[in-house]
Amino acid sequence: MNLFRAHVLVCGGTGCTSGGSPEIRARLEKELAAKGLDKEVKVVTTGCHGLCEMGPLVIVYPEGTMYTHVTPDDVPDIVNEHLYKGRIVQRLLYKEPLTEEKVPHYGDLPFYQKQKRVVLQNCGYINPERIEEYIARGGYSALAKVLGEMTPEEVIAEVKKSGLRGRGGAGFPTGLKWEFCRKAPGEPKYVVCNGDEGDPGAFMDRSVMEGDPHRVLEGMIIGAYAIGASEGYIYVRAEYPLAVKRLRIATKQAEELGLLGDNILGSGFSFRIHIKEGAGAFVCGEETALMASIMGQRGMPRPRPPFPANQGLWDKPTNINNVETWANIPDIILKGGDWFASMGTEKSKGTKVFALTGKVRNTGLVEVPMGITLREIIFDIGGGIPNGKKFKAVQIGGPSGGCLPESQLDLPVDYESLTGAGAIMGSGGLVVMDEDTCIVDVARFFLNFTRSESCGKCTPCREGIKRMLEILDRIAAGKGKMEDLDLLERTALVVKQSALCGLGQTAPNPILSTLRYFRDEYVTHIQDKRCPAGVCAALLVYRIKPELCRGCTACTRVCPVGAISGTRKEVHFIDPDKCIKCGACMERCPFGAIVRG
Amino acid sequence: MTLKSLDDLRRLREEVQKEIETRQGAEVQIIVGMGTCGIAAGAREVMTAILEELARRNIKATVLQTGCIGMCEKEPLVDVVRPGEKRITYGHVTPRDVPRIIGEHVVNGRIVEDLVVGRAN
Ligand SMILES: Cc1cc2nc3c(=O)[nH]c(=O)nc-3n(C[C@H](O)[C@H](O)[C@H](O)COP(=O)(O)O)c2cc1C
Repeated sequence: MNLFRAHVLVCGGTGCTSGGSPEIRARLEKELAAKGLDKEVKVVTTGCHGLCEMGPLVIVYPEGTMYTHVTPDDVPDIVNEHLYKGRIVQRLLYKEPLTEEKVPHYGDLPFYQKQKRVVLQNCGYINPERIEEYIARGGYSALAKVLGEMTPEEVIAEVKKSGLRGRGGAGFPTGLKWEFCRKAPGEPKYVVCNGDEGDPGAFMDRSVMEGDPHRVLEGMIIGAYAIGASEGYIYVRAEYPLAVKRLRIATKQAEELGLLGDNILGSGFSFRIHIKEGAGAFVCGEETALMASIMGQRGMPRPRPPFPANQGLWDKPTNINNVETWANIPDIILKGGDWFASMGTEKSKGTKVFALTGKVRNTGLVEVPMGITLREIIFDIGGGIPNGKKFKAVQIGGPSGGCLPESQLDLPVDYESLTGAGAIMGSGGLVVMDEDTCIVDVARFFLNFTRSESCGKCTPCREGIKRMLEILDRIAAGKGKMEDLDLLERTALVVKQSALCGLGQTAPNPILSTLRYFRDEYVTHIQDKRCPAGVCAALLVYRIKPELCRGCTACTRVCPVGAISGTRKEVHFIDPDKCIKCGACMERCPFGAIVRG
Repeated sequence: MTLKSLDDLRRLREEVQKEIETRQGAEVQIIVGMGTCGIAAGAREVMTAILEELARRNIKATVLQTGCIGMCEKEPLVDVVRPGEKRITYGHVTPRDVPRIIGEHVVNGRIVEDLVVGRAN
């Protein structure tokens, strides 16, 4: 075997792939061969490193040098300078946004320093398409331990001791769920991995499935052993083609090595995994709808009980867990439940992966210990708000979650404290908003999403969300009445209490939380007919300040609807009835004479 | 290949560990001067010899490169750093010297005195 003195890791996550990482890889191979370095430098495609904002990323080991925003044309420098001569290519290093200081080492980035990577420990570090690399990192040793020295009951006891709770949103204790299913009568039993991940802006589960698929498989095999299941399903949306591909490769490799299939590692335990591609409906992430979809029926939820643990797939006992929940299992077994429980708060243990998006400098994927504050995530890891803007709110938990203001930023990330504040832990979406965001518009965005994703089976969800959205539309159009706020609140509570499944039960959360923390902004829309953030088009007025206008006619020429009148050297005027509020004139005016209000 | 027992898995793990070793970094570092001066004096050949020798003897070490350090007349230069020991610089290294440097110093901690041109902490 060759000794590769250097490994060049090219990020093959979805973001970096669309940013051109396959071309970077091809170019690397070409340049390395041209320099005769291909026998001593290995190129490895990995999963997501998390710092998507800086992608495409290339990391060179053994030094651990991270190069950002790499293009194929940067490759000759990386090869000739770094790999041939040992000189770091300074211009491609990460620059601290505030100090402009260059950070050559991957691990020294502030982005990674407050993180605690358990679930993501291999993401961006191993080639997810080679089971050998997972095994080299200790992969499947937890499975070996379970099969070799633990009874199913002991496995369940360990998971209970860890305090692990479901990462798919509801936070149900995982060990307890396994126990219900183990004790439920019926054969065969099934385990399911929920990889539907339908929240807008979320990509935690996708990154785990793409970057470390074997961790998910190992968790499922261990769970199946503990529960007594013989068949497993991974439900993953078809819009995640890379995740589907890597999961297929991973199951095939595991089968070839005998880690899946009959008589795993000679233990007498047999288990198979099937991959089911979903068509990408948000409601199919709900467990009963998901099971219907696996069975070939339309993805619609049904009332619970009966719970899946008793009556799941084909009416047999079924245990469903989220991707991240499964991915936590191997380390809990290897390092022990106590180790896991040493991280986090009293009732929320371990770590949580978040997809940090919106108006924040370092968008990307982060894994943090439970109990960290939202402020630390957004400002220390995320680097704060770009372009000198002010923080306004953070939406946590996606369309089922809530919108929290500055005053709640010191909340610890913990299931109970977030629920208490009117948000939810959710599956890990964090959307940061700055002062240019209109709160009414945010509520409309999420309601519009849940309205179109509602399956229509139950009336409160189908009709209630629609009615609430109509009220929001009215307010955004300047036609709201003060009574609307009470009506909105009342409808929200009714839908919350009477909808059939979690989709409807949580859909009002964005409204309730924004009414709780940003009521003033609703009132300004209704009473003053004004949108303070300047987002709601119907409430915008573009006006020319006569004292600043030089009569240059630039705006009259750029206006697409001919709403601006005035000839050269004369003060211009915008006809509010004709204006479509596109803002083109304001951008064009060289004198800053056009204002929006 | 099918793994039939826990021992099979353990053996496979030991075998594939090599695949990712370079990413983990070893305790002993070997640093080759790869400035223009070093390359002109034959540092590439020395580097290749080092990699071959490490692979042949199955030795864990991190091989790094560095630019010119100002001792151009003594190139090719090779530094060996063992944990907690002085950094030893060897000069005028040829591929023929490599087995000695690795066998004596890297593996056994015995400095190859006749090739030393510098020592630092
Ligand atoms: C509308 C809706 C969408 C959901 N989407 C997901 C999802 O994408 N992924 C997920 O793991 N759980 C989702 N859930 C939660 C699942 O119903 C279920 O609680 C979860 O998969 C259980 O796994 P856990 O205990 O590991 O969290 C969703 C629930 C609802 C109501």
